[in-house]
Amino acid sequence: MKIVVDLNRCQGYAQCAFLAPQVFELHGEEALLYTPLAPENERERVRRAAAACPVQAILVEEEAGPDAR
Amino acid sequence: MPDDLKSGRIVIVGASLAGLRAAETLRDEGFIGELTMVGDERRLPYDRPPLSKQVLLGRVRAEETTLPRRREVDAKWKLGVRATGVDPIARHLLLADGEQLPYDRLLIATGTRARPWPNAEEGALDGVFTLRTTEDAAGLAERLDAGPRRVLVIGAGFTGSEIASACRERGLEVTVAERGPAPLVGALGKSFATLAAKLQLAHGVDLRCGVTVTALNGSDGRLTGAELSDGTRIEADVAVVALGAVRNTEWLAETGLAAGPRGVACDAGCRAFNMYGIVTDDVFVAGDVARFPHPLFEYQLISLEHWGNAVAQAEVAAHNMVNPGPLRRPHLAVPAFWSSQFGLNIKSVGVPTFSDQVVLAQGSLEERRFVAVYGYRGRVTAAVSVNRAKWLPYYERLIQTAAPFPPEPATVEPSTHTPVPSDVPDPKVLSHGPTVALTGHLPDLRLTLRHWGG
Repeated sequence: MKIVVDLNRCQGYAQCAFLAPQVFELHGEEALLYTPLAPENERERVRRAAAACPVQAILVEEEAGPDAR
Repeated sequence: MPDDLKSGRIVIVGASLAGLRAAETLRDEGFIGELTMVGDERRLPYDRPPLSKQVLLGRVRAEETTLPRRREVDAKWKLGVRATGVDPIARHLLLADGEQLPYDRLLIATGTRARPWPNAEEGALDGVFTLRTTEDAAGLAERLDAGPRRVLVIGAGFTGSEIASACRERGLEVTVAERGPAPLVGALGKSFATLAAKLQLAHGVDLRCGVTVTALNGSDGRLTGAELSDGTRIEADVAVVALGAVRNTEWLAETGLAAGPRGVACDAGCRAFNMYGIVTDDVFVAGDVARFPHPLFEYQLISLEHWGNAVAQAEVAAHNMVNPGPLRRPHLAVPAFWSSQFGLNIKSVGVPTFSDQVVLAQGSLEERRFVAVYGYRGRVTAAVSVNRAKWLPYYERLIQTAAPFPPEPATVEPSTHTPVPSDVPDPKVLSHGPTVALTGHLPDLRLTLRHWGG
């Protein structure tokens, strides 16, 4: 699944880093580093992380579309 | 008539962030016609910010940053083919493979490319990189994996500084060469840049400011080092040229559009101007390549190399492509960007270079948690936070409302700091190109009136 985080919106609440630590990680105090192509077994955790983001900065594309890589 | 705008043929040139978000918005707004996406890179739209961060740290592969879609775009993709021109009368987009793509409306989102090393022969040495595309990042990450003895980063703007940060984190020796007085000075002014210099030195960067790289040396086609303008030499097996970006507008030279090195000029609704300053009704512009008037910055034409601007402007352009005049929207978003380097999260709103003063509004430089607020002629025009992103929205509102500078304190503890000159240098003296180009003019600051004799 593909992920992009709008880091203009992100304010470092770190909910995602608690809910899906394999995919989202705080680098230093509030800089977010994430894995843009997350493994399928992280699907549920990434979903929860995106839903829990207080500023709704996480965009996830679940299904590979017909013209996706 | 409005119904006609929802059908027909739309071509988007530039298949990156702005192009993709525009395509999605067109479909969201009910466009049911033919949509074609043209891009000179072979990859589907991908995200570039991770290329100088996660990818160089070795945590993510460069090929794994494909952008998620907000929705299906039902487009025909022409990737790996360059656009070479536009016939504005016949309404054809000309492609490098000879094809002529007919359009009813065209969106130009061709963005920028990395400014190459000026000496092509030196730039072709094995070990010399720029950083803009997947290939660039993949190649550079591979070299960093191999453990070079020293990496030379030429230019200390945001990209150069992020590269240096990634190298240090990986334990690699790094020299940063910058013609200006300090890193990031072109984007944030001198007082902030002094901190950036301290930060790099504290992290073990061999920082050389006030110098230029006069030559890259090679042996058997491989980079061996560089010569600096102060007479010193550096041995390095990798060099990254981070001299800023060049806007991809050359292909528009013969089209009669107002396109040049500073971008493609357009109105607040993203409609391109032609060279006579007449607005077109079927050619739109969005993203890094656009040059548009911004009311918060005295309607100067500005170009922003910002992720957020690419998204916001693409949405406005797409909306205006499928809606009639009275329903069209202006692109008014407050500029914003972020950078993470040396363990710090740096975020900015507004345009820091559009300033004459700056004040430390909250926090402290020593703790490396603070907000600096920039003002121009007594109003707030920008704010930069370091590890204090949650404070920025307050200042964004001050910018939007042209609040007086220095600003009211956001906390109960009033700031004891007084404003100082923001010391924004002339971009000409820097190695790193500006990521915000104020391309209009401030008559009092930038224009010298000359009386010619006779």
